[in-house]
Amino acid sequence: MLYLAFLIIFPFVVAAVLMCIKTDSVLRTAVVVSGAAAEIVAAVFFSVAHKAWVPPVSYAYLSHTGNIDKLIAVCEVLLMLLVFSQAIRFRKYYILLLSALGTIPVLWLDVTGAGESTSAHIYVDSLTVIMVLVVGIVGSLICIYAVGYIKDYHSHHTDVKDRSGYFLAMLFVFMGAMMGLISSNNLSWMYFFWEITSVCSFLLIGYSRTQEAVTNSFRALWMNLLGGCGFMAAILFSVLIVETHDLMGLLKFYKIPEIMVFPVSMLAFAAITKSAQMPFSRWLLGAMVAPTPTSALLHSATMVKAGVYLLLRLSPMMYGTLPGIMVTAIGGFTFFAASLLAISVSDGKKILAYSTISNLGLITATAGCGVKSAMWAGIMLLIFHAVTKSVMFMSVGAYENSTGSRDVEDMHGMIVRIPKLAFVMTIGIFGMSVVPLGMCVAKWAALRGFIDSGNAYLVMFLCFGSASTLFYWVKWLGKIFSVSKDSVRQEDRVRKTEWTAIYPLTFTAVALCFVYPFISSSVLVPYINNAAFAGEGAVFEASITTGDYILMGIMIVCMCLLPVAMRIVNIKQDRRVLSYMSGFNTGDDRSFYDSRGERVQQHLSNWYMQDIFGEKKILVPSLVISATFILIMMSLSAVGGLFI
Amino acid sequence: MRISRSPWLLHYDGSSCNGCDIEVLAATTPRFDVERFGIINTGNPKHADIFLCTGGVNAQNQDVVRQIYDQMPDPKVVLACGICACDGGIFKECYNILGGTDTVIPVDVYVPGCAVRPEAIIDGVVKALQILDDKKRRMKQEGYRSLTSEEYRKQLEEKRADGVKSDA
Amino acid sequence: MISTYGMAAILIYLVCSPFVASILSGVDRVVTARMQGRRGPSVMQAWWDLLKLFGKESTSVNDIQKILVAAHCFFAVFSGAIFFGGGDLLLVFFSLTMAEVFLILAAYSVNAAYSEIGAQRELLQMMAYEPMLLLTSVGFYLSTGSFAVSDIIRTDIPLICKMPGFFIGLCFILVIKLRKSPFDLATSHHAHQEIIKGLTGDLSGRIYGVSELAELYEEILMLGMAGLFFITSDPVSIVWALIAVAVVMFAMSLIDNVFPRVKWELLLRYSWLVTFFAGGTNLMVLLLQAKGL
Repeated sequence: MLYLAFLIIFPFVVAAVLMCIKTDSVLRTAVVVSGAAAEIVAAVFFSVAHKAWVPPVSYAYLSHTGNIDKLIAVCEVLLMLLVFSQAIRFRKYYILLLSALGTIPVLWLDVTGAGESTSAHIYVDSLTVIMVLVVGIVGSLICIYAVGYIKDYHSHHTDVKDRSGYFLAMLFVFMGAMMGLISSNNLSWMYFFWEITSVCSFLLIGYSRTQEAVTNSFRALWMNLLGGCGFMAAILFSVLIVETHDLMGLLKFYKIPEIMVFPVSMLAFAAITKSAQMPFSRWLLGAMVAPTPTSALLHSATMVKAGVYLLLRLSPMMYGTLPGIMVTAIGGFTFFAASLLAISVSDGKKILAYSTISNLGLITATAGCGVKSAMWAGIMLLIFHAVTKSVMFMSVGAYENSTGSRDVEDMHGMIVRIPKLAFVMTIGIFGMSVVPLGMCVAKWAALRGFIDSGNAYLVMFLCFGSASTLFYWVKWLGKIFSVSKDSVRQEDRVRKTEWTAIYPLTFTAVALCFVYPFISSSVLVPYINNAAFAGEGAVFEASITTGDYILMGIMIVCMCLLPVAMRIVNIKQDRRVLSYMSGFNTGDDRSFYDSRGERVQQHLSNWYMQDIFGEKKILVPSLVISATFILIMMSLSAVGGLFI
Repeated sequence: MRISRSPWLLHYDGSSCNGCDIEVLAATTPRFDVERFGIINTGNPKHADIFLCTGGVNAQNQDVVRQIYDQMPDPKVVLACGICACDGGIFKECYNILGGTDTVIPVDVYVPGCAVRPEAIIDGVVKALQILDDKKRRMKQEGYRSLTSEEYRKQLEEKRADGVKSDA
Repeated sequence: MISTYGMAAILIYLVCSPFVASILSGVDRVVTARMQGRRGPSVMQAWWDLLKLFGKESTSVNDIQKILVAAHCFFAVFSGAIFFGGGDLLLVFFSLTMAEVFLILAAYSVNAAYSEIGAQRELLQMMAYEPMLLLTSVGFYLSTGSFAVSDIIRTDIPLICKMPGFFIGLCFILVIKLRKSPFDLATSHHAHQEIIKGLTGDLSGRIYGVSELAELYEEILMLGMAGLFFITSDPVSIVWALIAVAVVMFAMSLIDNVFPRVKWELLLRYSWLVTFFAGGTNLMVLLLQAKGL
């Protein structure tokens, strides 16, 4: 409990300190680095203390609160007022309504005492421990990365007012809120932390205060507040009708889903908005305008993971239910549509954003299946995605700061120009797209999960979606590997603090590929069998056999050996020839002679297929389809839950 | 295995009237069917063994011929098909014509004719195959390497200089 | 882990594939020539071509090209070995995907227009055939309860009876995989074509030989995949499988000669439509069967 309290409260303390240090100084760097380091250490100690490796052990704390509840109520009011002030300042009055609608009923529960609960407010089991490790390690490293990044950011964007102390503080607040969210059992508490992340993301996205940033931040805010309203409805229903105040209490209703259809649908709705599933995907794309650490934090470790975390918690209840169908369909569809959309864009961060949406769609779909193998895949995806995606974001951010562009087209020949960063990015891309590394293994497991749950449409979505996923990743990789003749190394302008974050994460991404079988067999499988599904149903075993692990191990080792092998095969150098351009190159491969004998610069561009997969063509229809679908499903569950 | 069992050729048309080019294409039709000998018209110097040139070399395409020749991996032979490729032919005195293929790259087999007949082309290729086999053997035994176009250019210059001396 | 039969099969695959596959493509070339009213080369021609390539000098454009092609070959052979060793079908395809990725990177690395067009087209082809390959393995799983080839071949009735839709889809995909005419966009077997050999345009000599070798291994793997539809626990079924593969090969030559090359949009649309309808319908049927309806 001590560790957990530290994990939740300490980031807020660091944030408060950072708010006080206005200017960039060694002191601030020291505070951020030591704060993040302390958080990582605490997360590790926490997981050790809670014996994450022996599920179904779980811990419950804080049955009686009282004063803390009051404190939280006060904070909630403050949060609402903060949102109000921003909404009035920028004249977005609809925000007032959404915010009030979400907060006041919960406040009412707190004030009247109807929401007072004697069950444990804090609950820790294997899933919590996994999430704490993900958030603690990835989140903290992103904070460290942010120190160097924000300096460069302000030297490039001189028109943006330097509020970097505030920025770093917000990152820590975010992390603290995330820690609170994943360890809360009491629904009101969870809701409180949920709202903090919504507001925090709003503030971070609007950091630069440009017109675009403000618009995008309010888009993020209203979508998340809408989700918050769903959360609120779920709380009201479960407190007043089901008479449960905590998440575990809800999960006990595993066997009688009829009453539970409404609250679970509402929670699932909240989670869908939070994880930026279609039709709410646009806020995550808008979050790109923020400085890169924000995107990294939002996309990989925290914000969007809160949504899928909640879905994974609810997963055992979802098999064959209305919310289950809603979640799987929305998730599968989002996976497919977002991966098509990612083909048509060339902005590195935008590709990452679409890929995040798409991968979260996959996790959402696995959670909605409600079968054990799918849940296994979902948790694996979550872990791998958090680590790999943060590596990708950080390297794209570092590339942007070194060269001034984050467009994939400008990454031409990066492997020679900035080899270290290119290497990291290559690991990231391989991790995202190619077996036997992380994501794809989990995708493979997800495929089995979908088959087990008998969802033909999910299998189809997965097959088509993963083919298009491969397309946009490999063409990115191709750009990095295109070597122009006689290109030279550029000066490495990536800051030290950035490397301190990038290297450990890259190492973790690679190491995870070797250790995940152990995580699976010692933590996940027992957790899913005994805790999540409470011993119900057939005993689940990880669908990937030892033989497969060995084969994949061989493949990974071979890939790791490639750079070494390259040195060996190049000992005896071949005769060098120019690349073939019909004999017209001008002595290198950058230009050629045209019909009048003049030099013409060669420019090679990737395919974006705008007129087939373009945003103009696909985005609106898919938003409409998903919005209609979610509307129908939500009305069904509302009618079913409230009147029957 | 003799390399002559699988000769892939690259057809390059310099400055010509296209008569020879049509005959080269005729050689691949069912009537003559050069694929009988495993000959493939590759169109890419990096895959080719035989460089089949038709037409003369002019000021504009000389660098192209050199580059393509240099991009071919060893062992390789050059086949000049048609009288223009052999020495410039009817265009020889034109202002822009340098002469035959051998003004820029070393030529192994000359096949005359205007236009060169498919039978003659096939005959020339068969000749070229013997040279190809020979080059392969020398490559293995004595580390033989074809001249690059640059080396050939220097050789030509030296020869010319010698010629001037002896004339004097 | 791997049975003795599996080991033997892997060994045979590793040793014999290049020869067998080149004989097959030699036969293909003769058949094509006869369809066009020509005499055509010897059936050994493809084998001689391969040997010749290995006897040539290797020239390269940059440092990484060579190793990427080598990695391509390694993973192509590796995936075939998993398949014939009775391993997991999904793993086979993932490994095959990785092999393709390395070849594409090799083409990208030379920074040349023809190679890059080839690379992009190859990527597009992958996008076109990948769904069907994945679906086919799902189909095998649903009809036999396992992804492992060693379990799939223990079936009592030929799987073609249960999964005709998948077979049609797979044959469609084979046209792309074996680089046959309507769909040979990335690189072509035909002379002087597909933008001067696209993907392989900047590979030469020995390096090109390695990539050709990988393709021969891949060809055997894909044909093995088609044969899997006919193999049962009865050893005699191997004969049927071989006959089926021969028929498929002949059909491929015929298609190659009859159809002109299509544009990439059509390639993508056709293959996704076939995947969706042929594969999807069959998938629905199998899933309903699995649910006991």
